[in-house]
Amino acid sequence: MKNLDSVLAAYLAGWAIFFVYYISVSQRMSALRDEVERLKTLLTKGK
Amino acid sequence: MVKSIFKATILFVLIAVTAYLAFYYAPIEKSMGVIQKIFYLHIASAFSAFVAFGICFYANLRYVFTRRPKSDWLGVSAAEVGLAFISVVLITGPIWAHPVWGIYWTWDARLTLTFVLGLLYVSYLLLRSMIEEPDKRALLSALFGIFAFLDVPLVYFSIRWWRTQHPQPVILGGPGSGLEPRMRISYLLMWGALTGLLILLLNARYKLEALRASVEQLRREAEVR
Repeated sequence: MKNLDSVLAAYLAGWAIFFVYYISVSQRMSALRDEVERLKTLLTKGK
Repeated sequence: MVKSIFKATILFVLIAVTAYLAFYYAPIEKSMGVIQKIFYLHIASAFSAFVAFGICFYANLRYVFTRRPKSDWLGVSAAEVGLAFISVVLITGPIWAHPVWGIYWTWDARLTLTFVLGLLYVSYLLLRSMIEEPDKRALLSALFGIFAFLDVPLVYFSIRWWRTQHPQPVILGGPGSGLEPRMRISYLLMWGALTGLLILLLNARYKLEALRASVEQLRREAEVR
């Protein structure tokens, strides 16, 4: 079928954007959770 | 964690089903052929982006009047998620355009205003990254976000107001417009799946912003000591 490769490319690109964005949010969340733990430990030690 | 995996699995199944419907259930359009199948992802992403920017606009207005941090968190979350959706529109559009128009891009009203819409929300996020003080950052970005949203109705109505290379609307386009029933079902299910994805991403991004506010608060406490 003519242009089927373009259709597949469009769908792959679209889903890739959503997937990469979701991974980026998860990674930032994980980094912030670590930071919260670090700061809480720092504040507890300071008491 | 289990809840997130469950939600992601449901969405994955929904996306797989909608992709199947778009590729196999929906008929091949007569004049454009198989390339028209990009329509389902392209248009549904555009409407989802408009919904996200609408949520951002509402949150920005709410922040200006109430100064509640939660409105600011919702505003930035919706702007970022909307940007992901509009990026899909800006990438799938040229892939669709090339075999049909013979060109990837033209600076007509619809395409230019959509590109500007993306740039406005990139600017919104850049503006936020440049201001350290939380209240000032929230207020200035809320005001900018209200201004940025003005481009959404311009994008939507551009093909009705001006002569454009971009085709006239097939959904809510008035007499003579509309979709073949199987195409309509496929499109509506795709939009439903993307709306589910929008809610999932918005929820995750909002939690991230709430966590960031907690970190800022803890940092201030640590500095005071």
